[in-house]
Amino acid sequence: MTGIVGAFVEAWAELRIHKTRVLLSLIGVAVAVAALTSVVGLGAITQQATTENYERQSGRPATLIVSAYDPVTGAAPPAAAFSAAFTEVTDRYSVSWTTRSTYTQVFVDFVDGLTPVDTTVVDVDYGTMHRVQLSQGSWFADGDEERLAPALVVNETVWKRLGSPDLRTHPTVTVQGAGNVTAVIVGVTPDLPYNQDYPTMYMLYDSYMAIATPQQVQSIYPQYEAWVPVGISDDLTALIQRDIAGALGDDLQVSVSRQDYLVYQGEDPLLPIKLLVGGVSILVLLLGALGLVNISLVTVRQRIREIGIRRSFGATAGRVFFAVMMESVVAAAAAGVVGVFIAVVVVKNPAVINFIAAGITDVPAFPIEAALLGLGAATFVGALAGLLPALVAVRVKVIDAIRY
Amino acid sequence: MSEARPLLELEGVTRTVELPDDEPLHILRGVNLTVSVGDHVSIVGRSGSGKSTLLNLLGLLDNPTKGEIRFDGKRIADMSANQRDRARGRDVGFIFQQFNLLGGRTALENAMTPLLYASGRQFWRREQIALEMLDRVGLSHRAQSMPEKLSGGEQQRVAIARALVRGPRLILADEPTGALDVETGASVMALLDEVAHSSGAALITITHDANIAALARQHYRLDRGVLAPVDVNRVLALAQPEVTL
Ligand SMILES: Nc1ncnc2c1ncn2[C@@H]1O[C@H](COP(=O)(O)OP(=O)(O)O)[C@@H](O)[C@H]1O
Ligand SMILES: [Mg+2]
Repeated sequence: MTGIVGAFVEAWAELRIHKTRVLLSLIGVAVAVAALTSVVGLGAITQQATTENYERQSGRPATLIVSAYDPVTGAAPPAAAFSAAFTEVTDRYSVSWTTRSTYTQVFVDFVDGLTPVDTTVVDVDYGTMHRVQLSQGSWFADGDEERLAPALVVNETVWKRLGSPDLRTHPTVTVQGAGNVTAVIVGVTPDLPYNQDYPTMYMLYDSYMAIATPQQVQSIYPQYEAWVPVGISDDLTALIQRDIAGALGDDLQVSVSRQDYLVYQGEDPLLPIKLLVGGVSILVLLLGALGLVNISLVTVRQRIREIGIRRSFGATAGRVFFAVMMESVVAAAAAGVVGVFIAVVVVKNPAVINFIAAGITDVPAFPIEAALLGLGAATFVGALAGLLPALVAVRVKVIDAIRY
Repeated sequence: MSEARPLLELEGVTRTVELPDDEPLHILRGVNLTVSVGDHVSIVGRSGSGKSTLLNLLGLLDNPTKGEIRFDGKRIADMSANQRDRARGRDVGFIFQQFNLLGGRTALENAMTPLLYASGRQFWRREQIALEMLDRVGLSHRAQSMPEKLSGGEQQRVAIARALVRGPRLILADEPTGALDVETGASVMALLDEVAHSSGAALITITHDANIAALARQHYRLDRGVLAPVDVNRVLALAQPEVTL
């Protein structure tokens, strides 16, 4: 106990005395750690951006897409029947996240006239399943489809064209279906960077069916999606396929398949990026370690007499080893803290984020793994760099060291 | 030669160094010595006679080539390196000719150094113990001074405080006045004698200065590796300016 505390006390005193030299070596370590942590942190952010993108497009793993058609005519079954079968079967297997989705155009009455707006028609779960981000208000809630005035989630372009109304005042807009209907805006999504000034919106499936013309109702063929745990997705695929086929009748061909990005790209589509990033980081860190070893060795050589004196006052070989090692570890860990701090400043810099992950809607917090990795790596490098000098220190011959 | 149990016993101790392409160098030849707690021993000898080599053996820093050393009744050959290090820290205090204070550290930090290797109360109260010891050697007002800012006499007094903080039973002083002028040397020696005596430790002073040697109660002379008792009057008689031992 006193041995460990004592070694710490000693290490700290040593660092204080060799300030300049230590500082120089530590700048190297701090820079290396900052580089490593930044690279890993930025990697995590680009990864987040890429994953978000994939998931917005094709759902989160594992998303099952159910479709059916008549093999003879190629026609799809009527939406009402398909919806009923889909609901029944997913309920049977306690799938908690399901949605229908389809694209259409709905005319919106802006001050400058009726304008067609690209509309994604979905169920409530879609928001979570596709990670829909909101800049204001909220996504649809259960029960919204029963409102007389249908709820809308519009993008910023639509919202601005309506005069940027405060959502707390429950702003309304007239949309055209079978007749003119007043709709309420409940949420606003940010414009996607590659799709600025283009009006889009979301509407609930049942709301849309309520306002649509009979012809529109006839011609709707939504996509059916279920978000299930990856581990049981294969089993569920087979079960859902069998049960829906049974419910819809034997003359229909039913297929269930995974559509999320994990299925296309194997285990991890980002593995190459990770490997590259990891390789570069390790290289940078090794360079930092080399610098530290070099300087530690020099300082130990200059301290051979001191080590001899300490040994003559009862410092055991183990204690000398530990103390020299500790100096390196304590110093490198301190440099690691500085490096991580620099990395946070770099990674959270808006200009850097824009450059590396343009289009990201939700910048993740600085990844804690990156910070821990930086600190861990610094400590490890400190231990590694301390090993050689510590061995040199232990081999010091006390008699020769204090001879003159 | 007093108590029942001697602190340090040397029996037929020989130290030989193998030299490359040459005859082995016999630095010590059959040294016998017994030191008990409370003794004050002086060893005089010319430069190169093997004094420092003997001191390293007495301080458990080195092993004899032949013969036996017992510390506190235990054969040091039977002790592990770790045990010897710990015994040295606990029971031996070194004072060197060149003071050997650690640079860049204050007098107080220097005096505290041995307590870093202690445990329990000695470790946790190291600052207070070191301060008390500095006070004992009359340097409490220089506790925060760096060694470079202290005079030779003051540095050696810090070294004395450092050697004594753990309350060793054996104090080894290798030419403690060698780097000091005569007057400062005498006062430092008087202090060392007094502090060692009051702490009850055995003091072994190695010197080539007969006046310093005369302060001890047992006197030895080391000549070409052979240690022999010597009469105090002979030591003093030899302490003439023109005579060197
Ligand atoms: N490790 C060693 N290798 C070679 N010669 C040594 C070694 N240690 C001591 N000597 C020699 O042994 C002699 C005695 O040395 P030392 O004990 O330092 O004498 P003193 O302290 O009395 O001047 C000297 O001649 C010295 O050069
Ligand atoms: Mg000598």
